[in-house]
Amino acid sequence: MAGVNAPATAVFAFFIVLVAVVGFFSGRWRSGDLGHIEEWGLAGRQFGTVVSWFLIGGDFYTAYTLIAVPALVFGVGASGFFALVYTIIVYPFVFLVMPRLWNVSKRHNYVTLADFAQGRYGSHWLALAIAISGILATMPYIALQLVGMQVSIAALGFGNTAWPLVAAFLILAAFDYTSGMRAPATISLIKGVMVYGFVLAAVVWVPLKLGGYAHIFHVAARTLALRPKPGFLILPHGQFTAFATLALGSALAAFLYPHTATSVLSSSSGTVIRRNAVLLPAYTFLLGLLALLGYMAIAAGVSVHSTNDVVPALFLKLFPSWFAGFCFAAIAVGGLVPAAIMSIASSNLFTRNIYRPYLRPALGRAEEARVAKLVSLLIKFGALAFVLWGNATYVINLQLLGGIWILQTLPAIVFGLFRRWFHPLALVVGWLAGMAVGTSMAWSQGIATLYPLHIAGFTFTAYAAIDALALNLGLALLLTPLLRRLGFASGHDQTQPADYEDPVPALAGAVALGAAPQRGGA
Amino acid sequence: MTGNSPPPASARRLRRRWYLLLLLPYVFLLWVPLYARQRPELFGFPFFYWYQFLWIFLSALLTGLVYRKTRAL
Repeated sequence: MAGVNAPATAVFAFFIVLVAVVGFFSGRWRSGDLGHIEEWGLAGRQFGTVVSWFLIGGDFYTAYTLIAVPALVFGVGASGFFALVYTIIVYPFVFLVMPRLWNVSKRHNYVTLADFAQGRYGSHWLALAIAISGILATMPYIALQLVGMQVSIAALGFGNTAWPLVAAFLILAAFDYTSGMRAPATISLIKGVMVYGFVLAAVVWVPLKLGGYAHIFHVAARTLALRPKPGFLILPHGQFTAFATLALGSALAAFLYPHTATSVLSSSSGTVIRRNAVLLPAYTFLLGLLALLGYMAIAAGVSVHSTNDVVPALFLKLFPSWFAGFCFAAIAVGGLVPAAIMSIASSNLFTRNIYRPYLRPALGRAEEARVAKLVSLLIKFGALAFVLWGNATYVINLQLLGGIWILQTLPAIVFGLFRRWFHPLALVVGWLAGMAVGTSMAWSQGIATLYPLHIAGFTFTAYAAIDALALNLGLALLLTPLLRRLGFASGHDQTQPADYEDPVPALAGAVALGAAPQRGGA
Repeated sequence: MTGNSPPPASARRLRRRWYLLLLLPYVFLLWVPLYARQRPELFGFPFFYWYQFLWIFLSALLTGLVYRKTRAL
């Protein structure tokens, strides 16, 4: 690209500065003692329905989503829409599971999913397994947010100059350090409005310029079919299992990531989470529209070296510069929110589930928060170094493996939220096997998430995370009765069944059925 | 209801029945042969696409219904 696009850059800079100012001042918002990890790392568990909607939405639909989903649809067609199915079916799961996690975490002051595993199963090995999965999966995910920001900065005409990314990164690191979870929460309000603005404008404006949706789908079908490796507008038979298992596996893993769990735990009640399971599909609608941008780019005849550049190239081609600048700023801000939460979440895991139990048992409250802040800085610098000097393909591959790793924590966490049947050691063994087999399955396909499984003469091509999870669960089911019979201690459960239910309001007896008192705040 | 004690077993059973509704999005979206087709089209969208968009709303409505029906129990 030749030269810097001045109007686009001015608009971009304006929004980044706005976000930086808001980020710094948000530490004072509903302020608490930021020297305590529940205040710094969960913002005091006080966000109501509206703030949680913006926060969870801004956290879950990352900058990389904004870039990668349209790029995938541009590249492969229909199968890229597994992302839409996945973000629909994730919410009934959230509705059923996450309020239980919130309730038990509130009652026992759990900050991470590994804290829960420790409390439920009394096994620090299991907690360590959960923490390792979480940290391993999150680090490349943070790097990918920076890749998303880098793509949008490059589109302004800066090419691959490093300093704008470093500047954006320093802003992120500074407000994260000073304000903790309050910063991404306030910034997610800005992100939500900006992303809605740019996607809605794009899906109305672009089809007007390109001759309507029917035409866009028509051109996309024709172009995809002529590719050297053909894509399809309607999913063909051979891809059904892959599509369904990718959607299911991603949906089950989505809220077991440290960053999504952290934003769920920072809400103020189980009721807030249930309401958000109803309201967050509004973001899914946005994701569906965004995926359509991939087809619009095909119809607009966009040609790119890397599919990551599809969205920026489409905007530069069809929008006035100032609006393209607004879109790029939305993507960059879109990266700041999840990157902040991811680094907070993984430093919480490190501090509470690795540093304290294994390295420094006498960790005090103030020191715990101080260590977490420092570690979150280190994690971010690691991600930046990776993006500046590493290889972007490598980051993407690691993130794909991350999905496989996270899903292996499902037996311990999700089953554990309902029943304590599994033996903790059986869960650890299942986890190890799932991690090893899932990783090697993906590795054998050249780090692809789909694996062709040959059973009785049939080939099932499915998401390797699901195959690995089946093995993981199978082992845990078999080993649990065996370990019990052999007399292995099954650890102490510090939780009670009632801890998982919503607290019963003191006045419930005086209120008639059907007119339940307001639980939690709006 | 029963004051500070947990809800009675009958109320919990009733609540579980409402939860079954939450299975519907999984059935209708993971059974891909149901919708991997071109026709009928709607506003230029092939069936494969508008069916998925429709389910965003259906799934949210179902979850909302379950929320309303279970929160008083």
